[in-house]
Amino acid sequence: MVSTDLAVALNRFGLGAGPGATEIADPRAWLIGQFSHFDVRPAAIAAVPGSDVMARQFREYLAQIRPLLRANGFAVPGNNSAAMAPAIPAATPPADAEKAVRTELRKQYQANYGGQARARIVSALVTPAPFPERLVHFWANHFAVSADKLQTIGLAGTMEFEAVRPHIAGKFGDLLMAVTRHPAMLLYLDQAQSIGPGSPVAQAAALRGNRRRPLGLNENLAREILELHTLGAGDYAQADVGELARALTGWSIGGFVRRPVGIEAPDGAFVFQPGWHEPGARTVAGTTYRQSGEDQGRAILQALAVHPATARHLATKLARHFVADVPPPALVDRLAAAHIASGGDLMVLYRMLVAAPESWATPEPKFKTPWDWTISALRALGVRDAPDLKIVGALTELGQPIWRPGSPAGWDDSSASWAAPDALLRRVETAGRLAVVVGDRIDARALAPQILPGVLGAATTQAIARAETPQQGLALLLASPEFMRR
Amino acid sequence: MIDRRNFLGRAALVGGALLTPGLALAAAPSDRRFVLIILRGAMDGLSVVMPVGDPAYAALRGNFGPPPNAGAAILLNSDFALHPALAQTGALYARGQAAFVHAIASPYRERSHFDAQNVLETGGTAAYALKDGWLNRLLPLLPAAHQPAVAISPTVPMALRGSAPVTSYAPSRLPDANADLIARVGSLYAGDPQLHALWSQAIDARMMAGDDARGGSNPVALARLAATFLAKPDGARVAVIEIQGWDTHSGQAGRLNTVLKQLDGVIGALHIGLGDDWAKTVVIAATEFGRTAAPNGTGGTDHGTAGAAILAGGALKGGRAITDWPGLAPGQLFEGRDLKPTADLRALFAGLAGEHFGVDPALVMRRAFNGAEVAPMHGLLRA
Repeated sequence: MVSTDLAVALNRFGLGAGPGATEIADPRAWLIGQFSHFDVRPAAIAAVPGSDVMARQFREYLAQIRPLLRANGFAVPGNNSAAMAPAIPAATPPADAEKAVRTELRKQYQANYGGQARARIVSALVTPAPFPERLVHFWANHFAVSADKLQTIGLAGTMEFEAVRPHIAGKFGDLLMAVTRHPAMLLYLDQAQSIGPGSPVAQAAALRGNRRRPLGLNENLAREILELHTLGAGDYAQADVGELARALTGWSIGGFVRRPVGIEAPDGAFVFQPGWHEPGARTVAGTTYRQSGEDQGRAILQALAVHPATARHLATKLARHFVADVPPPALVDRLAAAHIASGGDLMVLYRMLVAAPESWATPEPKFKTPWDWTISALRALGVRDAPDLKIVGALTELGQPIWRPGSPAGWDDSSASWAAPDALLRRVETAGRLAVVVGDRIDARALAPQILPGVLGAATTQAIARAETPQQGLALLLASPEFMRR
Repeated sequence: MIDRRNFLGRAALVGGALLTPGLALAAAPSDRRFVLIILRGAMDGLSVVMPVGDPAYAALRGNFGPPPNAGAAILLNSDFALHPALAQTGALYARGQAAFVHAIASPYRERSHFDAQNVLETGGTAAYALKDGWLNRLLPLLPAAHQPAVAISPTVPMALRGSAPVTSYAPSRLPDANADLIARVGSLYAGDPQLHALWSQAIDARMMAGDDARGGSNPVALARLAATFLAKPDGARVAVIEIQGWDTHSGQAGRLNTVLKQLDGVIGALHIGLGDDWAKTVVIAATEFGRTAAPNGTGGTDHGTAGAAILAGGALKGGRAITDWPGLAPGQLFEGRDLKPTADLRALFAGLAGEHFGVDPALVMRRAFNGAEVAPMHGLLRA
């Protein structure tokens, strides 16, 4: 074992070491062994409400807001008979009442978001399987849903818990399917209300001459599936986007949708609406799909999941995350070939990454993201809980608010995005604050070689030894060049 | 009046060293206020107290001065003019309640902000040689005050750090900014090219942004706060206020005008906030070093050596520009580029604090400035 192997396993593949000596005889076997005890639904996550509750809260909100909107003379989303119902007189001026209802839902959702963010942090702090846990964060970012829209504030977290966690070690196609069918994704990228122009519902509306609201196609999710989730930019054409969008019409959910609903479905559950589906065969990336209904979208997604362009796209992202900002081309080639040969078996890719000499050759090539740095710092200090929102707030301050990358592309995964002057200064200030909280309970001189085995340098050792106080020594350790990278 | 109990209490605290001939401690009134304003980033003394009587000044600085819309410079005497942004301070000068000391510097002769501020605040001769601040070491020498000294900042600045009790106070929006940690991280990153470059940029940006970067705190509001601490009959007697943003490598005219207005507002707020106690107050604003005599190519000045200190307060024998002027002609500059120091900040600090609190300035020099072989300045206060 090379002297830096332990640090690579703990810090680059894992989420950072904790206090105390780590007994790991074979770092590579240790990493792969973690999948046997990875907890898909750890206690912290099991304790927060799921998508069904988010959807129920949203349905209750719609029930309250619709009469108020109507009283204000707005066109009301919903079915036509409801729109003709007489206005309900409101005790308070409708505009104020409307605002109050919106504020109430936002508050409810933000409390949900806070609970989910804390559950994510605690799971990362206490996990016995930090490598799979890191992969959860990787895939959640690959399929990023930004918790900015009102509907998605409380759902970005549940998507990670319900769709990503159970599928990180299976087939990529199953992960893609689970995420695409999750209410967070269907709402975030506007799929839940996309209706085929040739679908039965659209045809019937056209016959009635209903022009109140256009019933139509939304291409947002289809485009991002092709560009971000599967093939990658440059490997698809606009025609593919339209075709995939038409194939996915009818993919919707219960409880959220204000459009004419054919089939009732439980709150937050995926439902296929046959009446919204665009009939006919679709051609995506050169292959024609003649299935009908929901099967058509499923068949296309499964084919995209193992497409050579997808294989290269995923191989590049994985190698960038675990090896270097500019991934070694030979490793990317090997990973892409393995993806195709295995039919998108993610465990095959992880084993290859762990076995690859490139992964172990250069210690600490990656500048940590704020999430990586914060979680590794808390783990180093032996913190195992997040009783309030301080850490959630700190991540916002450090530039990486949880589940809020602001776009479906997710957070960038290269040093240039994170190694910035003010960000570094904020990180150092945070190191100072964290160290003050811990006080002199931890001796940084003993901790440093435990968490940075084989990579701790003389300058950092000396700076810690010369620190004015134990707290300052800890702060210097967390701010050290070795700890800033993984 | 001699307060024997206070005298004994203090003597017990600091040991027998106080029982020396010429001790003036007991005679000191305990209602004196002392405010140190640390100007972090290196104030350009030549732009603040302009040596208009030196023929070399116009040649060096030419049109490089206060912005045209700042108003006319305030003539102090035939040799010096004050930057127009210091209007309230200028008015105090006219009433004999402000003074300026020029061509003054700490014993530090390099050009690093961190090291220089450490020397300025510890009262030592080399950076990080002393572990506490000179103002803290001064405290045990003072007649017993009812309250400890107060630092108007989220953390206690080096000048006040040490074994004597000190409180710090700041509006809660200010983040923790531990200057010492910042300095140590700076040296830890010295060997890492990527982090060193990022760190230098970050520190420069904070310096440029001044206090705004620290949560939008307003130094004038902090000064009002300081005045309330100091004005209480049983309140603090020593306070430290920090103002950042003096590192004017570019666009100096506008930026210096802005920070000088803040400094002027701080002095004005102390003057008004202290009311009748202003007569028992001295305020001293000092910076870690001056700036180059000649402007650089980006409308600014670079790290230099000697600069100016600003004094205010009703206790002061003001209305004077105190200096042994070294001249700005090429042969007169320190290392061919900076105003040459002819006065030592330690002499000013020890003389001012000693006279003000009625403690022998030689004792202050011995205890607070580590026995430096520097003669304290004298005659700074009203008799």
